Amino acid sequence: MKILKLISGVSIAVLILLVSILSFLGKMEASTVKVLMLIGTLLWFAATPFWMKEE
Amino acid sequence: MSETAVEIEDVGGGEFERSPIPTSKLKGWKSFLGMYAGEHAAGTEFMIGPLFLAAGASLKDLIFGLLIGNILAILTWRYLVAPIAVSSKLTLYYQLEKIAGKHLVKVYNVVNGVLFCFLAGAMITVSASAVGIPFDVNFTVPESILGLSTPAFSTIVIIVGLVMTIVAAAGYNTVSKFANIAAPWMIVVFAACGLSALTQMEVDSWERLLTEWDKGVSVVQAANGKVDFGFWKIVVFSWLCNAAMHFGMADLSIMRFAKDVRAGWGPSIGMFLGHYMAWICASFMLAAQIKLTGDISANPGALAWSAVGWTGIICVIVAGWTTANPTIYRAGLAFQSLFPSNAKTYSGVILAGVIATVAGIFPALSSQLLGFVGLYGTILGPMGGVIFVNHYLAKKMNFTQDYAEGKGSSFNTAVLLAWVIPVALGLYFIFTKDVFAAYAVIPCWIASSALYVLIMKLQKS
Repeated sequence: MKILKLISGVSIAVLILLVSILSFLGKMEASTVKVLMLIGTLLWFAATPFWMKEE
Repeated sequence: MSETAVEIEDVGGGEFERSPIPTSKLKGWKSFLGMYAGEHAAGTEFMIGPLFLAAGASLKDLIFGLLIGNILAILTWRYLVAPIAVSSKLTLYYQLEKIAGKHLVKVYNVVNGVLFCFLAGAMITVSASAVGIPFDVNFTVPESILGLSTPAFSTIVIIVGLVMTIVAAAGYNTVSKFANIAAPWMIVVFAACGLSALTQMEVDSWERLLTEWDKGVSVVQAANGKVDFGFWKIVVFSWLCNAAMHFGMADLSIMRFAKDVRAGWGPSIGMFLGHYMAWICASFMLAAQIKLTGDISANPGALAWSAVGWTGIICVIVAGWTTANPTIYRAGLAFQSLFPSNAKTYSGVILAGVIATVAGIFPALSSQLLGFVGLYGTILGPMGGVIFVNHYLAKKMNFTQDYAEGKGSSFNTAVLLAWVIPVALGLYFIFTKDVFAAYAVIPCWIASSALYVLIMKLQKS
């Protein structure tokens, strides 16, 4: 369960929020950001239902 | 939104609907923080945020106006709704039935249901705007309120509306649980959309942001004419856009689960995430779109696509869907009383879904959301004034508390008059004198409260 929570946390904190901050700071291309965000979204919906349902 | 939130909503629909909540089922105030965070980061935010820029609001007014308006809204929940909810522990509908009688509550329910349908219709439009993007179908907002968009967009609206109606008719719990899972992700995507819009505008300082914002407002006003959406209008709007929930006491049904009045602080995080951060981020998306393309249309799907790509499309669809579905479901429950008792339990939901879909076909309705939510509060808010008077003043002023229950009445005319007269006056000023709808909420609430006291005293004498 901890690993699923970690995946959920990383998916939105890193793959969505952090990458958009990096893009804002000019450290990452917009096209890369959009791909990483989509991966983050897919990971969130793949991992979160399992642990959120339990809690 | 936590599982507790699901439990509160589930139970709110059926169990303990006609009896106070037992002590074992009461929740601590922190349970309400998560629930409201999910509730106020919804599809409407994608639509409302850009409308501030389209209405010509200055960025400083928006930032400070929303701050004050949201604080006032939270204080209203805390000091108006929570004390009554914790004291009586009844749903709005049962509380109203005790005062107004079961037949008048049916009238209130149907009015509530119709308004819910228009809200759901706007959310269907929002979702359809995102579904259309991959098929290169953009919606255009016609000038006439009852004007249609392109045939392709209308077709997408009908398909989205039908799917939402079928899902709502099949059951509420699945969507509610999905909404809980999506809520934290949606809030982060809102923030990412805002950051992406700032990147698109090449903002590197506060001054640059102000310049880009003002340019955006100038472009909109050059096209649509100069309009005024100043500081106090923003304060009043953000305070009263949920007036039906706080002044109108609809959230008695939720806060009756509270152990103590601190639950009134529950909406605080949700308001600042949804009605502050999300609105501002969504408005940045329109400013960025104007800078990049000169397009001033507040099309949520196109805005989100431009900002964060496929994630934005998914977010707009999910946000619209998770808002529209419970709204259609609640409207369906309200309409169910119109059907014979042997009708299928989903009849009301189907009717609500059809009305919402028809409303969704007219995109100009969703572009009127700033006015609509004020109208919603003006029409439903005054009933909260009647509940307030009944709770605090009836005994002190020596008239019957819970009149309909006490007298065995199924239709309390005093409540009808106290509700309809101020609302009719409010609607008159809104539609004929062009008064901003949110401005009418508090005068109507006060007038209803005063009128109920007056009629009850006269009735007694």
